[in-house]
Amino acid sequence: MQLEFSPAEIAFQKEVRTFIAENYPENLRSVQDEGHDLSKEDFLSWHRILAKKGWIAPAWPVEYGGTGWTATERFIWSEELAAADCVGTMPFGLSMVGPVIYTFGTPEQKAKFLPGILSGDDWWCQGYSEPGAGSDLASLRTKAVRDGDDYIVNGQKTWTTMAQYADWGFFLVRTDADAKAQEGISFLLIDMKSPGVTVRPIITLGGEHEVNEVWLEDVRVPVANRVYEENKGWTCAKFLLAHERTGIAAVARSKRGVEKIKAIARTEQDGDRPLIANPFFKRKISELEIDLTALEFTELRSLAGEAAGKGPGPESSLLKIKGSEIQQRITELALEAVGHYGAPYFRGFGEGDNEHPIGPDYAHRAAPTYFNARKTTIYGGSNEIQRNIIAKMVLGI
Amino acid sequence: MDFSYTETQDMIRDTLSRFLADTYDFDSRGKMIASSTGRDSGIWKALAQDLGMLGASFSEDHGGLGGGHLENALIMEELGKVIAIEPYLQTVVLGGGALKAVGGAVADAVIPEIINGNVIIAFAYAEPQGRYNLANIRTTAKKDGAGYVLNGHKGVVYAAPWATHLLVTARTGGANTDVNGVSLFLIDANAKGIVRRDYPTVDGFQASEIYFENAAIPADALLGDEGAGLPLIERIVDEATVAVCAESCGVTAKLHQGTLEYARQRNQFGQPISRFQVLQHRMVDMFMEVEQSKSMTTMATLKLDLPAAERMAAVSACKAKVSRSAQFVGQNAIQTHGGIGITQELAIGHFFKRATMIENQFGSADHHYERFERLTLAD
Repeated sequence: MQLEFSPAEIAFQKEVRTFIAENYPENLRSVQDEGHDLSKEDFLSWHRILAKKGWIAPAWPVEYGGTGWTATERFIWSEELAAADCVGTMPFGLSMVGPVIYTFGTPEQKAKFLPGILSGDDWWCQGYSEPGAGSDLASLRTKAVRDGDDYIVNGQKTWTTMAQYADWGFFLVRTDADAKAQEGISFLLIDMKSPGVTVRPIITLGGEHEVNEVWLEDVRVPVANRVYEENKGWTCAKFLLAHERTGIAAVARSKRGVEKIKAIARTEQDGDRPLIANPFFKRKISELEIDLTALEFTELRSLAGEAAGKGPGPESSLLKIKGSEIQQRITELALEAVGHYGAPYFRGFGEGDNEHPIGPDYAHRAAPTYFNARKTTIYGGSNEIQRNIIAKMVLGI
Repeated sequence: MDFSYTETQDMIRDTLSRFLADTYDFDSRGKMIASSTGRDSGIWKALAQDLGMLGASFSEDHGGLGGGHLENALIMEELGKVIAIEPYLQTVVLGGGALKAVGGAVADAVIPEIINGNVIIAFAYAEPQGRYNLANIRTTAKKDGAGYVLNGHKGVVYAAPWATHLLVTARTGGANTDVNGVSLFLIDANAKGIVRRDYPTVDGFQASEIYFENAAIPADALLGDEGAGLPLIERIVDEATVAVCAESCGVTAKLHQGTLEYARQRNQFGQPISRFQVLQHRMVDMFMEVEQSKSMTTMATLKLDLPAAERMAAVSACKAKVSRSAQFVGQNAIQTHGGIGITQELAIGHFFKRATMIENQFGSADHHYERFERLTLAD
């Protein structure tokens, strides 16, 4: 057991750091710095650069386009991305449906869908939740009825992140109305341009258009787009959720978040001292930082277990719970730190408007980010559901 | 970066775990604590001579297995799983740690005797007024001819009644709390002028108040340089702090496991109480605390040989987290057991008592948060 990087790992770190410095798009950096919402093209510009380099899917098996990096190299990669404040890549294709397709899909499905996920040509969205099926996901009612070589799909999905940009969606649908909850569900890949698919925005507390309702009315989906067996879609759904949960720890990004709070707290004055000298605020930072270290080493232990052929199993729920709580605490502290200037509502510069906005730059997104982060303990299976999962799958109670 | 254990480390864990399962069941532990010496000295001998366990963290030159901090952590975790009252922390981690650090003739003489089980060391560092400040020392060591004369009062010296040697911090110069003027001595526990008041501790050990009354000690009892002992003391205390965190991992893992087992078989309202979601989620929270303690202990163990400031920050981060986890897991284990949890009858209460003492051993959570902040959160 050792923490030091080997000479090869240090060389790798240097290589990826240089690559990021030389290739991260300048215009994307300025969009981020000015606090604008990122467009589809903003996200895709970085995605395409990574795809071209062959580094877009480090977690995938090499035969499907992965990098073949070790767990340590992947750790270094995520640290470097976060340290350079790079935008994330969209998880829906790369972390969610991609692994489902290469694990459960047919050779035809792999050939058809994996290249588009890697290149970024296909933008994916996730059709899981429904208005009546949130934590109780298996109670979903969107129905798919067989008609020759097609299914006819009817129903409504919700909280569909970035569906407004999506070319494809992966959907959980009920194919057997009489089966018990989990057993009559199938996993369908649906072309979002199909007739009968309607996407409507839901605007969240920070004013963002991130999530959507998706209505499906007599949508024809070829049976060839069903992954795995009919009525066995829950297997794919569970597999996907476990994969989703590991990335959700967001350790590297949270480390960067803590550094930003420290910087704010050294700038903001609290009476005749900087905020960071306030013992109460200081204690909140140290608690946060120490909890983040605990999360980091829990993830590293889990990755080591994975490398030894275990997981990601139900213990990844722990990473989700602690990771999401920490993400929220970071946004809480940032909002607390900016004081008065958490209140002004700043939506980025308008066309031709480049006046200096109100308050310090670091305050612009503090409140919207705080509001937005409430989602982290709700999505991907709420933290209460994660506790149910650990109780059942790990503790056996 | 690598998080795997070696075959030797796996073997140490398995061997020790089997031995302790056979020797340290709840009744046997109770009997040794109730005995006249408060321990079963045969177990220490067996750990040394049958299992070779006391040499795990010493170099092969000294007759050990060539390990270090990781081996100490592994062993402390296993000892924690049976709430063993063996003086491993005091003798091997603290005493052995100091000897390894200073090396030379004294290390060559004493380490082999630790390994074969003949030497037991107690660490006399705390003083009634000193709290967790290692430099807050009123005990004095005055030069006297070739040697020194010790005077002062050391409090709550775990394992002192069993010790052959005392590892003592004393002032050879400077005023109380000065960084300079602190020295470390390894002395004969039975030297003239040492008065002991022995007593049991709430967690099953034996300890003493120690009074030095003009105790004459030889010059070669000094470890390291006179007056410059504080960095060495800080280092061995950091090593010991991580070792009790490892012990805590074992203790809290058992508290959690015992709670799960109890909740599965305890029926109320016509069903096992483990079916109640409010208790399930609490047991999940306990599980997460245990896992995070393991993660922090691994982190700090691997950082013990870094430069002092980094080492201290890592150790304080670890202890702050582990102290809180020990409290959370311990208190909730008792709560989930209900009334039976607060009796002497079940093992769970005894694990709780050790977990509670670990909380403040070598510094409370607050003490370590503060040290962490001093080192990493300057204005």
